[in-house]
Amino acid sequence: MQNWIDAYSAVNLKFLLQGLWVTVEISIISVVFSMIIGSILGIIRYTKIPYFSKIVGFIIDVIRNLPLLLIIFFVYFGLPAFGFKPDTIPAAILAMTVFESMMVAEIIRSGILAVDVGQMEAARAVGMKYTQAMWHIVLPQAYKKMIPALVSQLISLIKDTSLATIIVVPELMQHAQVIYGQNANYIVPMYLALAILYFIVCYALSVVSKIIDRRLA
Amino acid sequence: MKKFKYFSMFVMSLLLALILVGCGSKPLSKQDVLQNAKDANTISWGVKADTKLMGLIDVKDGQEKGFEIDMARALTKKILGKNGKAKFVTVTSQSRIPLLKNGNIDAIMATMTITPERQKVIDFSNSYFDAGQSILVKDGSPVKRVQDLNNRTIIGVVGSNSVENVKKYAPKARVLQLQDYAQALVALKSGQGDALTTDNVILAGMAVENPGYRVQGKAFTTEPYGIGINKDQPEFKHALNKAIKEVEADGTYNRLIKKWFGNVPGFNYREVLR
Amino acid sequence: MISAFTNNWQNFLTGFGWTLLSSIVALFFSLIIGSLFAILEVVPNKALRVIGNIYVEIFRNIPLLVITMFFYLVIPLYFVKINGFTAGTIGLTIYTSAFIAETVRSGINSVDVGQMEASRAQGMKYTQAMRYIVLPQAFKLVIPPLGNQFVNLVKNSSVLAFVAGFDLMYQGNAIASQTFDTVNTYLVVGVFYLIITLPISYYMQHLERKLA
Repeated sequence: MQNWIDAYSAVNLKFLLQGLWVTVEISIISVVFSMIIGSILGIIRYTKIPYFSKIVGFIIDVIRNLPLLLIIFFVYFGLPAFGFKPDTIPAAILAMTVFESMMVAEIIRSGILAVDVGQMEAARAVGMKYTQAMWHIVLPQAYKKMIPALVSQLISLIKDTSLATIIVVPELMQHAQVIYGQNANYIVPMYLALAILYFIVCYALSVVSKIIDRRLA
Repeated sequence: MKKFKYFSMFVMSLLLALILVGCGSKPLSKQDVLQNAKDANTISWGVKADTKLMGLIDVKDGQEKGFEIDMARALTKKILGKNGKAKFVTVTSQSRIPLLKNGNIDAIMATMTITPERQKVIDFSNSYFDAGQSILVKDGSPVKRVQDLNNRTIIGVVGSNSVENVKKYAPKARVLQLQDYAQALVALKSGQGDALTTDNVILAGMAVENPGYRVQGKAFTTEPYGIGINKDQPEFKHALNKAIKEVEADGTYNRLIKKWFGNVPGFNYREVLR
Repeated sequence: MISAFTNNWQNFLTGFGWTLLSSIVALFFSLIIGSLFAILEVVPNKALRVIGNIYVEIFRNIPLLVITMFFYLVIPLYFVKINGFTAGTIGLTIYTSAFIAETVRSGINSVDVGQMEASRAQGMKYTQAMRYIVLPQAFKLVIPPLGNQFVNLVKNSSVLAFVAGFDLMYQGNAIASQTFDTVNTYLVVGVFYLIITLPISYYMQHLERKLA
């Protein structure tokens, strides 16, 4: 019992919450970038520009079929060969962004595909340009359809930040490990705390997504 | 049309493979690390975050603390002058050499033994600490010395040389390599292995905090810790060696040894005084 | 990159084998467990639905790494010893089963309600109707998403590296830290993962197109 009280001391809890903040920070920044990059890549792949779309599509497929852990290693250990030497947090953000962009690109592409082809044709028939029809007619509908998929991708992203502990990013998982590394008796309280904290953040998001989904439907 | 599709797929895979191979074989940056450090008035050190007494993150303020941290600060001041800054990047046994070779850090001060294998890829300063490898076991364990580990499981850490050393004394030992010492210690407690091996000073730190566990037997290797730096940096190496000598000569070294190892049961700090 | 492979090919192949084994075992069990909880989530009994929901929501919202480390480090402290490979595979199974449950549930829901009613009207019991009419149709619908779950499973199996599970990523880490040839080693590791994941992923895209 004493272990539990000591494990949840104010100092330790503060340290955990600092970790959680880094987790949230990494997640938010990566999600913003990966939404933008992912949308662009997804549209490029959808529009079938000769060669270019194929190449982009193939790169998307390769990256999204690799474990995120491997991409973290490539960014942290591999990129510096090109003169770019990220610290751990930027490296984590970059790795998450690269990986999630590819996932988002696939979601976007299938979202666009799910919008009725007739919509595009009708818009073109009334004299809209391709880009106009895409921007004003197709994309808004596609995004609406994709909200659940995008939110569950965001939840995955938050959970996946825990992998960044392998390059000692000071996020939630890493901070919990530091605490139980100093006193191994804290291990059970720490894993319980981890489970609860991740669950609260992720579950809250999935509830929000369900509400949005219902509103839009 | 279909044939063309497959053909273009093939060409693209080939291109990608070429790009990937290209990434792998880029040469290291050839810069003068000492000059860069002087310009920035900062040396960035790769240090441990999980090793009691040597380099450990303090939960209270999130700062790294330990003998190596203090040493790195002292050496930085000797090299760059009073206002020189030491920047700390936490590394693991696995990540430290890639990060050094990539230039994320200028020097590794992270319980790294000078070994011939490592000397093939990086350079070392003179030794700044003499550790020896030992094993940590549960009280009452049948493992009395390293040779007893044949047909038992030994826990080590990815990227450290301890696992290789054990193989020399107990060739039939099964080896589990975990990510860092924190995980390794908990794995030992969970019964994932019969012993945990690394340098005696690290183990002594663990034994202090974990009653019921002890450092078993005498050290079976000598592990001189050196500061890891990139190859072809003679000025930096010279500056480090000179700084180590100065720190030893003015008593800072012994003061730090006493500060960190003065009260560690099972570890005689007098043996490592200089 | 070629020499990074040829110098250590036994280790890579061993790792590949363990990764494959872990993924297949985890797929098998998570299909069973996932389908069970999917059915729990749609049965008329409210208590069972709640149980199904709780399981799915809990394990979908906790990182796989946390679940796996829990089995590797915590369970042996109090119950039985579990080695790294098993702990990793159990973690993968539980985590993936929650996603499979969601996938199968949405499959069941998208089978026309009329089908269930019609079979009940013909005198079939609820379980019979489920077993012979609804589930077969549901599984057909969810094959592509299930395939994608398998791809995720293979990728996620890299979590075994954290618990010394001898998989591809673990071997990669060990090789990289011995040969100091980090980038090339991980490139080889990447190629091995792609050997499993890319074909499945392309086949599933193909199936999706066919079904659409």
